[in-house]
Amino acid sequence: MTYTAIGILAVAIAVLLDLFAFKTRMVTRPIFWTSYAIIVFFQLITNGLFTGTQIVKYDGAAIIGGSSPANSAPAFLGDGRIAFAPVEDILFGFSLILLTLSLWVFWGRRGIDRTPASGPPIWRK
Amino acid sequence: MDFGRWSYVAVLVFVILGSTWLEVFLRSRVLRRPKRLLLTIAPVLLPFLLWDAYAISQGHWYFTESRILGVYLPAGIPLDELLFFIVIPFAAILTLEAVRSVKGTTSPRWRAGDEVS
Repeated sequence: MTYTAIGILAVAIAVLLDLFAFKTRMVTRPIFWTSYAIIVFFQLITNGLFTGTQIVKYDGAAIIGGSSPANSAPAFLGDGRIAFAPVEDILFGFSLILLTLSLWVFWGRRGIDRTPASGPPIWRK
Repeated sequence: MDFGRWSYVAVLVFVILGSTWLEVFLRSRVLRRPKRLLLTIAPVLLPFLLWDAYAISQGHWYFTESRILGVYLPAGIPLDELLFFIVIPFAAILTLEAVRSVKGTTSPRWRAGDEVS
């Protein structure tokens, strides 16, 4: 299977686990999407560092875009890439984040370390 | 700036610096719930390390050897990758709890479903 195919499958599995196995319904909650919006912004920076500085490279046969060049940075945008990294990384990141946050809330619902709860920020009271 | 073998780890340090301040200033209180943290990160590690092992074996992605630590787990997974799958979920949980800290839990709209009351 290609990275593209595994990425789509991973997102589907993560969503199904969230909805029907852990029953946390994170994908229906504003708290999840607000958190994800912040996380994905930093994911693009982190991905850009990993891929733009050629710490990690990708094979064009496994992704929508072409292979990472041997001795230079790939396209910043375009050729199936966002911030140097393959768009497939968005699927990878989303499934990792959703699975993590769903499981975190799942354990909280089960009473595992439900407290101390977070907040408030130090500038409030 | 060239961090050589520490290049990958340097990116993870950037993520840690960018997220751990939430624990203090937004009172995320994730480190104060270590059991829950461990029970969350450990099971997520497994499928993603398997994915990593498969992707590496198929050549989907590969690493510039001079920019990673050079220590490998079974199936040729760089130690740096294991650290990634610990640091990123930790940062994600810190973010969720920081958002919750700011939004509060009194409004039903902002609930995650695990609140005490």
